[in-house]
Amino acid sequence: MIQVRGVDKAFGEKAVLHGIDAKFDAGQVNFIIGRSGSGKSVLTKCIVGLLEVDAGTIQYAGEDFTGLTPKEREGIRLQIGMLFQGGALFDSMTVLENVVFPLRMFSSMGTEERTERAMECLKRVELEGAEHRFPAEISGGMQKRVALARAIVGRPRYLFCDEPNSGLDPQTAIVIDNLIRDLTQEYKTTTVVISHDMNSVIEIGDNIHFLHKGSVAWRGDRKGILDSGVKELDTFVYASDLMRNIKAKLQGR
Amino acid sequence: MGLLFHIGRYFAFMASALRRPQKGRVFAQATAVELEAIGVQSLGIVALLSVFMGAVIAIQTAHQVVGWVPAYTIGFTVRQTMILEFAPTIIPVILSGKVGSNIASQIGTMQVTEQIDALEVMGVRSISHLVLPKLIAAVFIFPFLVIVAMVLGIGAGAWICMAADLSSLADYEYGIQMDFRSFDVTYALIKTCLFALIITSVSAYHGYHTSGGAKEVGRSSTKAVVYSVVIVMVANLVITQLLLT
Repeated sequence: MIQVRGVDKAFGEKAVLHGIDAKFDAGQVNFIIGRSGSGKSVLTKCIVGLLEVDAGTIQYAGEDFTGLTPKEREGIRLQIGMLFQGGALFDSMTVLENVVFPLRMFSSMGTEERTERAMECLKRVELEGAEHRFPAEISGGMQKRVALARAIVGRPRYLFCDEPNSGLDPQTAIVIDNLIRDLTQEYKTTTVVISHDMNSVIEIGDNIHFLHKGSVAWRGDRKGILDSGVKELDTFVYASDLMRNIKAKLQGR
Repeated sequence: MGLLFHIGRYFAFMASALRRPQKGRVFAQATAVELEAIGVQSLGIVALLSVFMGAVIAIQTAHQVVGWVPAYTIGFTVRQTMILEFAPTIIPVILSGKVGSNIASQIGTMQVTEQIDALEVMGVRSISHLVLPKLIAAVFIFPFLVIVAMVLGIGAGAWICMAADLSSLADYEYGIQMDFRSFDVTYALIKTCLFALIITSVSAYHGYHTSGGAKEVGRSSTKAVVYSVVIVMVANLVITQLLLT
C-alpha cells in the first residue's frame, strides 16, 4: 500500500500540488485521473522519487520514502516497476536485453535463469518471437508491452503506469488495460495508473483519484464516478458524447 | 543561469559520475563498448588527419626555411609540432566534435525520452552508470590515439620528404632524433588524459541536463562541443605553462 499525506510541490512561484492526500491499495488498479496540467505526472514523479516534495510524506508499506536518503531509497526502488508514457525503452538494446536489464543490475541470477525469466515475461505480454528486435523496429503498442514486461520482470510490489494507452488504437489499448489488470491480480501489486482515458477507468479502475488544479477533488470507485456530483469531474467525464450515451444506457437498465 | 551555478552543478555531477559502479560486470561491458565507440571508431579520422598534417608541416617547413637552415630542420619541426601540439591538442579538439557531440546527443536523447528516469526508478544511479564507462574509456584510449597520430604524422613527413625531394631520409631521420627529450612525450600524454576527461565530462554534463525535445538535444550537442573546445584551450595554456616552464 502507498499512502500520500499532505503533499505540496511547487516549481518556483508556481504551485502544482497542494495538500494531496491519497491511498493506493495493494492488489487493486488505482487510477489518478484529471485534465492535462492538473498535476498527475508531477504527483507520480513525487511518489516514485524522481521529484522531491516540498511538504508532506509518501509512505510505502508504512515506511516514509520522503525521509530516506537516496541510498536508503534504493531498497524501495527495487520493488518499483514503471511503464513510462513513451515506453522509455533503451534504444541501443534489443527487446530481450531491455527486459533482462533490471535483473542484470540487481539480481544474483545466472544468464540462463535471467533469460528464462525475461522470456516468461515477454510471453506474458504476448511478445515471444520479438526478443531479438530493437525498439525502433516494433510498433508503439509492442513497445508498451515490452516496457510492461520490463516493469514486471523483477516481480515488483508497486507498479506505476504513466498514460499506458496514449497513442494506441482502441483495440491495443484494451489489450494493455487487460494486461495491467491481470498482472495486478497475479502479482498482488499496488498498481497506480495515470490516465485521462475514461474507457480504461471504467474498464479496470478499482480506486480512482480525480485531480483538479493540483488537489484531489474526488475519490471513489468506478461505479461512483458517473454520479459524483462534482462539477469538475462531471465536465471531465462527460466531455464526449460516448460517456453521456453510456450513462443513459446504464440508467435505462 | 550563471557561470558559478554551472561550475557547482558540474562538480556535483562529477562527484556522482565517479561513484563506485553498482555492478562490476555491467560496468566492464559498458566500458568495452565505449572503448570501441570512442577509440576504434575514431582511428580512421585520426590516422587521416595525422598523415595529412605531418606531410603538410614538412612541406611548409621546407618551403619556408630550407636554404638558410639545415635540411634536418624539417624532421625536427615535424616531430616537435606533432608531439607537442598537433597530436595532444588538435586531435582531442577534433575528437570533441566527433566523440563529444555523440556523447551529448546520446545522453540528451535518453533524457528527453525518459530513459534516464527509467534507470532512476529502477534504482540505477544513472550518472555513474552512463558517464563513468565513457570517462574511463576516453582517458584510456585518447593517449593511444595520440601516439598513433604522432607516429603517423612523423612517418608521413618522412614519406613526403622523399616523394617531393624536400630532403634526404638521412637528414629527416637526423632531425627527428636531434635533441629529443622523452619528457615531451610524457607532457603530451598528460595533456591528452586531461583533455579526454574534459571532453567526455563536459559533453556528458550538457547531455544529461537537456530538457525539451529534438531541438534542445541539438543545442546541447553544440554547447558540448563549444564548451569542450574552449575549456581544452584554456587548460592547454595552463598546463603548458605549468609543465614546460
